Amino acid sequence: MAGPSLMDSLFQRSLEDLIKGIRLHSGAGAGESSTFISKCLDEIRREIKATDPQTKTTALQKLTYLHSLHGVDMSWAAFHSIELSSSTNFHSKRIAYLAASLSFNPSTEVILLLTHQLRKDLSSANPHEVSLALQTLSSICTPDLARDLTPELFTLLNSNKGFIKRKAIATVLKFFELYPDSVRVCFKRLVENLESSDPGVVSAVVGVFCELAVKEPRSYLPLAPEFYKILVDSRNNWVLIKVLKIFAKLAPLEPRLGKRVVEPICEHLKRTEAKSLAFECIRTILTALSQYEAALKLAVGKVREFLVEDDPNLKYLGLQALAIVGPKYLDAILENKEMVIKSLSDDDVNIKLEALKLVMAMVSEDNITEICRVLMNYAIKSDPDFCNEILGSILSTCSRNYYEMIIDFDWYVLLLGEMSRVPHCQKGQEIENQLVDIGMRVRDVRPELVRVGRDLLIDPALLGNPFIHRILAAAAWVSGEYVEFSKNPFELMEALLQPRTNLLPPSIRAIYIQSSFKVLAYSAYSYFFPDEVVAQSSHELAGSLHNVESSDYLSGAAVTDTDPDQSFNPRMPHESLRDNSVDKGKDIITDCENVPTASLKMDRYPQDSFAQMLNIVDMTFTPLLGCHEVEILDRVTNVLGLVELIRLEIRGCEIQKEVDNVREELKAAQVIRLMHNAFSEELGPVSLMAQERVPLPDGLELKENLSDIDEICGNFTITISSSFNLERPWSREKDAIILSEHQNKEVVEQSNDSTSVLTEHRKRHGLYYLPSEEKETVSSDYPPANDLSLPDKTNDQTDDLFKLTEQSLVPKKKPTAKPRPVVVKLDDGNSIHIVEKKPEMKEHLISDAVRDVLLGNDAAPSSSRTTKSDKLSSRVTRKDLLVSATEQDSTTLGRSDKNSRRNKHRSHGKEKSHKSSTKVAGDPEEKSKPKSSHSHGKHKSRQRANSAVNVAAQSPVIPDFLL
Amino acid sequence: MGIRFILMVNKQGQTRLAQYYEYLTIEERRALEGEIVRKCLARTEQQCSFVEHRNYKIVYRRYASLFFLVGVDNEENELAILEFIHLLVETMDRHFGNVCELDIMFHLEKAHFMLEEMVMNGCIVETSKSNILAPIQLMEKAS
Repeated sequence: MAGPSLMDSLFQRSLEDLIKGIRLHSGAGAGESSTFISKCLDEIRREIKATDPQTKTTALQKLTYLHSLHGVDMSWAAFHSIELSSSTNFHSKRIAYLAASLSFNPSTEVILLLTHQLRKDLSSANPHEVSLALQTLSSICTPDLARDLTPELFTLLNSNKGFIKRKAIATVLKFFELYPDSVRVCFKRLVENLESSDPGVVSAVVGVFCELAVKEPRSYLPLAPEFYKILVDSRNNWVLIKVLKIFAKLAPLEPRLGKRVVEPICEHLKRTEAKSLAFECIRTILTALSQYEAALKLAVGKVREFLVEDDPNLKYLGLQALAIVGPKYLDAILENKEMVIKSLSDDDVNIKLEALKLVMAMVSEDNITEICRVLMNYAIKSDPDFCNEILGSILSTCSRNYYEMIIDFDWYVLLLGEMSRVPHCQKGQEIENQLVDIGMRVRDVRPELVRVGRDLLIDPALLGNPFIHRILAAAAWVSGEYVEFSKNPFELMEALLQPRTNLLPPSIRAIYIQSSFKVLAYSAYSYFFPDEVVAQSSHELAGSLHNVESSDYLSGAAVTDTDPDQSFNPRMPHESLRDNSVDKGKDIITDCENVPTASLKMDRYPQDSFAQMLNIVDMTFTPLLGCHEVEILDRVTNVLGLVELIRLEIRGCEIQKEVDNVREELKAAQVIRLMHNAFSEELGPVSLMAQERVPLPDGLELKENLSDIDEICGNFTITISSSFNLERPWSREKDAIILSEHQNKEVVEQSNDSTSVLTEHRKRHGLYYLPSEEKETVSSDYPPANDLSLPDKTNDQTDDLFKLTEQSLVPKKKPTAKPRPVVVKLDDGNSIHIVEKKPEMKEHLISDAVRDVLLGNDAAPSSSRTTKSDKLSSRVTRKDLLVSATEQDSTTLGRSDKNSRRNKHRSHGKEKSHKSSTKVAGDPEEKSKPKSSHSHGKHKSRQRANSAVNVAAQSPVIPDFLL
Repeated sequence: MGIRFILMVNKQGQTRLAQYYEYLTIEERRALEGEIVRKCLARTEQQCSFVEHRNYKIVYRRYASLFFLVGVDNEENELAILEFIHLLVETMDRHFGNVCELDIMFHLEKAHFMLEEMVMNGCIVETSKSNILAPIQLMEKAS
């Protein structure tokens, strides 16, 4: 491209022309203005290369404008900004620095070229140039720049011009963050400025300390007297707010400090007219000084004033303040309960959200039903977003810590069902999780859960709402898994098979089909083995009565031990299918009032009704055999296979009964029994850490190349087709094995088929199994989650896998109708280490340095050696600095705790001081530096070179005059 | 860092001034500005001036056709920021005489300089109007 001609310079478009042009074109449409901008950009590219500084400046000015308001990339012009920054014309310099501060970022490569110019301007005699350089530096600073310019900044901290000093102080914060070693140089001077007579300077210093204290408050405790003085003396609200923030961080660390500051803070709160200061006082009291009752009372009183104001800002902040104090002093919220509830219907969604948070904070075991009732009413009336906020917070509050708030789970399950029917409900996933989770954890609620699930399933209207498909999936799963509590499996089956289920996505449809499989298996079982169903029911009856009386979960577990099919609940509704009860019906007479008379057995499944079910299943699923979804196809095939099997059996039964009355089980019946046993095996919650607890077996070899897998898969399909395994064939088989080993002999006989199949399979493909002798250790080290009998055996490591809730069974104040059911919990103690955070390294660097400087200053002069050597190091030549920077890296990388780091640091300081004494001797700059700060420590430090000093650093000393 | 960014936006949602105190790429800035503008401009006068967005708290105030939005971190005092916005507007008023959108458009640098005098590195360093305007007036005299 040709260089800019004289004509270009003469007729250059000014910034004003550019802006006008853009305005003119923007009326015509977006395309037009973007062509205009790109045209201008071309001009700028040409003009910016001009030798005439004026042309260049204007070009850069225009480019900056386009960059900051129209998002035009200007990284290519970085060098031009640097070039122009050396201009003697202040206007051009200003434009150049502005461009730099708006467009440079840490990845701008040429940024180092600016170092020299910045250094020059920082030491300029013209204060405005200094100010400009400081402003730029504070926005574009990099670690390199900070390292190189620390000496200049240090000098400026003592500037006699107030506004320079202020800016230097504000820039120091950036330097500390990027180059922690600068703390050792500048910190002392920064502290001195706390006592400056210029209120602006004090304001800036307090601002810096406020930022520093937020990150690592402990290091700044020794400065408390200075801050206290400001708190008492200053009448500048900006400064007071910052000082209050600092005290809010410091007070919790040092109880004596809180006692001292609480009074002046209350004074400010009473005195001030400014709401901002008043609010800061309130916030400080509520967060850090809430143990002082008088102060707390005063603050809560002020909060109430905020709440009753018409100003929405104050109302919002008042609610936030209550939220701060809420967890510790619930009374503060309860006092303002009316205002909070009223705010739920405010115009402003932000206020509503804050109010909602507070309402949730008020929730306790006693009022949870009422509060949820109120909230549900609000949810139905609210707009969709807020409605979902409400639902979400109900869900999370109620499920907190394994549903600890819930006593009446029947109520909660009903509430979940109700939530699903709220028109705007989008919390499908959460409700789904909780329905399944409660089903697994809380045994007593299952009948109600199945009822709620049924109500959801049979409502065809719900299938049309994609947001609640997930809930329907849970309802289907629950109905299938706990089908034995269903009043009417036939009705359930119809619901699962209704035509509108084709609106469901395949994954959820698959759950429907799987559930219908379970329902079918259950129905077939109770059809074929009516006596066993009855036996199990009465057995369970005893168990559950025991449960109710002794409120002891373990007795329930004992029942589990004796009878794997314990999950049958006697609460069979008496109204079920009375009309077609036949002579075979055998009524159980129960003596417990909450277990109604049940009529079980065959009469619930008269043959024609059962056959009808088979027909419906057959009819609905046969067309699905053409489905392309593998999840659906797989399950449909299974169901149809079962249907086929049962039909054979029915015929077989009839023949057999005619021949002789002795009931002899056919093979197919055995399969059904087996399947039923598998399904009635209870599923339990699984710990997140479960996988980790399985020890890695010795000699486990994972083959790298699985080329022979084809051959094995070929065989596998044949094996599986004969044994009717479902979604998780391996785990089902494994369950069966564990069952047979640990539980009862009857089942062993039943499951012989599958075990033999499995052992054969294992023999053939041993490679892909864990070694069979390992099986024992696996099952003893990590019990299957669903094996409820395990808490009895107390010698394993993982025995506490299931923890029982104890307190839950004793109802609190309000006598509840029934005791809180047992909620199965997992001991997830191991999960703590996940949350463990790695400490921020830089902040430690800063605070360590601060501590060194402060203690060197106040109490322990022996650490000043570190300060000194680092001061030296920060002024040595660049070559040395590079060395020290890498040293710094290596020390910080390898460090495990503060102390070891500090020790290393000291030793590397030693090294460096050695280096600097040899290399820097001739550096003229070094001599001109003020030495006062470290000369006094030199001698002492040499004497005490070997004394360990860090004890003092751990417990910062606060001078007594404050306390 | 107290203040993370300062935006001035007109009623139509066009950015008229953007000053960031932390590094964001151009794309991130545009996305952020878009989200904030959508959130804040839809709000009515009767609603409060604070909006939480991502990890920022946005404190905003409307003056005639111009919205002043300040993004702060969670530690910051919202009411103080409102006062800061008011101070900024008063300062601009004093300089431009009843400041309007066009003043800021055509004197973007001056607006930036005023901001630079008031805020450095996210901290408010100057709150006196005459101090803020002194360097600008000096420069105007010089040129």
